[in-house]
Amino acid sequence: MALLLKGAHVVDPRASVDEVCDVLVRDGRVVACGTNLELPEKLVVKDLSGKYLLPGMADVHVHFRDPGLEHKEDILSGMRAAAKGGYTAVAPMANTKPAIDSGSMISYELEKAAWEPGRTRVCPVGACTMGLKGEVLAEMGDMVAAGAVAFSDDGHGIQNGGMMRRVMDYAKMFNKPVMSHCQMEDIVGHGVVNEGAASTRLGLAGWPAAGEETQIERDIELARLTGCHLHIQHLTTARAVEIVARAKEEGVPVTCEVTPHHLFLCEDDIDARTYDTNLKMNPPLRTHDDMMALRDALCEGLIDMVSTDHAPHAAHEKALEFNLAPFGTTGLETALGLLMTHLVLPGKMSWQRLVQVTSIAPRELIGLEQASISEGGLADYTVVDPDVCWDVRVDDFASKGKNSAFIGQKLTGRATDVYTAGYASLEDGVVTF
Amino acid sequence: MLKHSHLIDITEYSPEEIYEILDTAKSFSEVNSRSIKKLPTLRGRTVINLFLEPSTRTRTSFEIAGKRLSADVINFSASSSSTKKGESLADTAETLAAMNCDICIVRSKMEGAPWLLTRHMNSHIINGGDGCHQHPTQALLDAYTIREQFGGFEGLKVGIVGDVAHSRVAGSLVPLLKMLGAEPVVIGPATLMPSCPDLLGANHSYLLDDVLPDLDVVYMLRIQMERLEGQPLPSLREYSMLYGIDMKRLGMMKPDAIIMHPGPINRGVELSAEAADSPRAKILDQVNAGVAVRMAAMYLLLGGESDGITA
Amino acid sequence: MEPDENATVLLDEKAVGRSLTRIAHEILESNNGAENIALVGIVTRGDLLAAELARRIEQIEGVKVPVGRLDITFYRDDIERYLSPQVFMTDIKFSLEGKTVILVDDVLYTGRTIRAALDALRDFGRPDRVQLAVLIDRGHRELPIRADFVGKNVPSSKTESVSFFHKLIDGRTSVEIRKSSGDHVGSAPVPNAEELARVFQQVLGDEA
Repeated sequence: MALLLKGAHVVDPRASVDEVCDVLVRDGRVVACGTNLELPEKLVVKDLSGKYLLPGMADVHVHFRDPGLEHKEDILSGMRAAAKGGYTAVAPMANTKPAIDSGSMISYELEKAAWEPGRTRVCPVGACTMGLKGEVLAEMGDMVAAGAVAFSDDGHGIQNGGMMRRVMDYAKMFNKPVMSHCQMEDIVGHGVVNEGAASTRLGLAGWPAAGEETQIERDIELARLTGCHLHIQHLTTARAVEIVARAKEEGVPVTCEVTPHHLFLCEDDIDARTYDTNLKMNPPLRTHDDMMALRDALCEGLIDMVSTDHAPHAAHEKALEFNLAPFGTTGLETALGLLMTHLVLPGKMSWQRLVQVTSIAPRELIGLEQASISEGGLADYTVVDPDVCWDVRVDDFASKGKNSAFIGQKLTGRATDVYTAGYASLEDGVVTF
Repeated sequence: MLKHSHLIDITEYSPEEIYEILDTAKSFSEVNSRSIKKLPTLRGRTVINLFLEPSTRTRTSFEIAGKRLSADVINFSASSSSTKKGESLADTAETLAAMNCDICIVRSKMEGAPWLLTRHMNSHIINGGDGCHQHPTQALLDAYTIREQFGGFEGLKVGIVGDVAHSRVAGSLVPLLKMLGAEPVVIGPATLMPSCPDLLGANHSYLLDDVLPDLDVVYMLRIQMERLEGQPLPSLREYSMLYGIDMKRLGMMKPDAIIMHPGPINRGVELSAEAADSPRAKILDQVNAGVAVRMAAMYLLLGGESDGITA
Repeated sequence: MEPDENATVLLDEKAVGRSLTRIAHEILESNNGAENIALVGIVTRGDLLAAELARRIEQIEGVKVPVGRLDITFYRDDIERYLSPQVFMTDIKFSLEGKTVILVDDVLYTGRTIRAALDALRDFGRPDRVQLAVLIDRGHRELPIRADFVGKNVPSSKTESVSFFHKLIDGRTSVEIRKSSGDHVGSAPVPNAEELARVFQQVLGDEA
């Protein structure tokens, strides 16, 4: 059965399309795009007038907690959260219990995700080292054979420089990127908030930006040495952006990502009256200046992509003292609304750039086929209603994790429909699977 | 009349409210000098001392304060570190709330723990020290002691010496003194200095001898070895050499300058025996003021409730 | 509080003086002289009256009786409803053991203040006897308490307030009745604690 996506404003920079047109899809691929298309008899028509149709968003950094911590999130609930937030594809990190450090664990994820058109694509990331301990190389070849798209010990940086070098040397054989969570732990210590104003004001242990920046420098030098594609995860400071930009200029194979919470929150948001644990992040929320610099860098092209670091936790786990609560916020269901509200709608970021940082760059990083509206292109789409105003509410999440740092915020712009391989995973705001 | 239901963060209080607490404490200190040191003021009220970190002094001071006001004071000790095995603070709070206590005093290693309690209890919460954040009743009793000595605060130079970074005492005392018109300066090794001391409202100095001759109050913080991770000091010997008050430094001080310390003292580290026992040391005056200030805090938080006082 | 058209003067300065002199005589008469007598005035304003009485007793009998000041704030039974805007110091420098203590207050109304004062006195020792002297008794008792010495009985309505003013604080000495503003019933407001203590000493004649 063919599907006609009718009347949306289509933005696809790779096809140089930025106009209202119809897209005819069959068997997961585009048959035709334009106006006054020749239509088959058997046809489902979806009227998308007033909305934007974008190449499907992909998130290269999520935590689905499956296996081991399914009370926080499991693969299915994570996939549903992704669809609700407008995402067509996600790359879950390997820090589960046990860790995703073997081919059979990759297979477990893929089997549980049970891919078919109309479900979220799951692109597993394998561990760099066994059990994420930073001691013994994980079986990357086996994991690639099973379907791993990248490698990361996310949750911790690999502290030993020699080990990181071996990881990168080994990963480059498979032409897979190494995603690095850059934090030098003996500098960071037991920090829980940014070192500076926040740590002084709240009396909490400080987490210096220098701990992040030194590790980024180290990994860039190792990427230069090994030639492995290095992807810097969730960078948080203006200085980190500069370091990565300089390395790119010098030809080092490095990309980087930023999270919505580091783009739209800063250390000043942690109130001494609440010590809101939903604002406890790893890496921590930084200064206001850093936050503004990250926004500029994303819009100007110095930062390659947005990833959410979607980190669901159970309510009772976050209802602890700040020091004891786990790090992280959910992100899949708020990222698009935040980018729309703060950057796209105010005119700071073009629709083309939005597509670049949420779809094209992340898909390229993990080797996922680009979504397209060109004839024969992959019909993974995110449909956005740019006018809808909505409140971020606990009872509105598809994710099991309700620990959003953005609860109570009013956002404008939201995904109404999502298609993967031509079938809806989200239809009129309702997840279909 | 206080505009607060809780005493958690001293920076939320106005100078007028601080003076009201200090004035009321003055009346209670008269009671503390009587032979019968008991008032019926809080008869039938329940005060829970929730101590999640051991502290004999502060707990005893609150206990005496509550008992002198005829409240029923119950001590509840638990470990804040055993969250994996034990119950969470939220569950403890709801348990205590179900027992209908009127005031809950909380001491915890965890910064922000008192605010967590306010979300699970209807009681008035008094912060008895939260981690490295604040210790408002200590700051109030210190202010009381300074006022008794100098009559006021305007222009007084108060040096707070030691592990400022980990000090909840400094966390409350510095902004309080600043609010009342004194000039606090924090002094200590760079490894034990918060990253933005100016944010608390203080100047800072790394070397005590640079500023000692200008100080009216020399406030020595306790060096807590258990809080010192990663060896920020070469040795206690060197700390004492750089920051300890001994006879030589006593001689450098202004003639009417006083020494304060939140206790317990490490004799021979922060203060030599001579300094600790000299008439300039007002450490026992501080202890005495502690009971009166805590009585005042309880009285003022509980009083006038149904008069439409908001948070 | 300035005198205003809504206020009616019940006693002017001379009448207050006559009442106090009469009460001083009655105290001496009823206790066979000034021996073993101590005066304790309830702050605020009862303390000023106690000082006035002590000065008169000294003039009549030639004896300086001890005078104390008692703040009953912490003994009130209504702290959850009403918090005194200001707490004053209690100052009783002598032993009450074996004494006849004459509690002095300006206006006797519900009796709750006197109840609190009796509780407070107990914390300072065990007097042989406690008597009560008031300048005004306006009725409306809520407890079984009566005064031994009364300057003037004044029938009043609960919607009225009766206040005693002293010239060293208010510029005039008088007792006035006016419509209550609906606030908490109590003595007329006074300046800060130090000022009140200074006026007390002045009335007593120590710093005259």
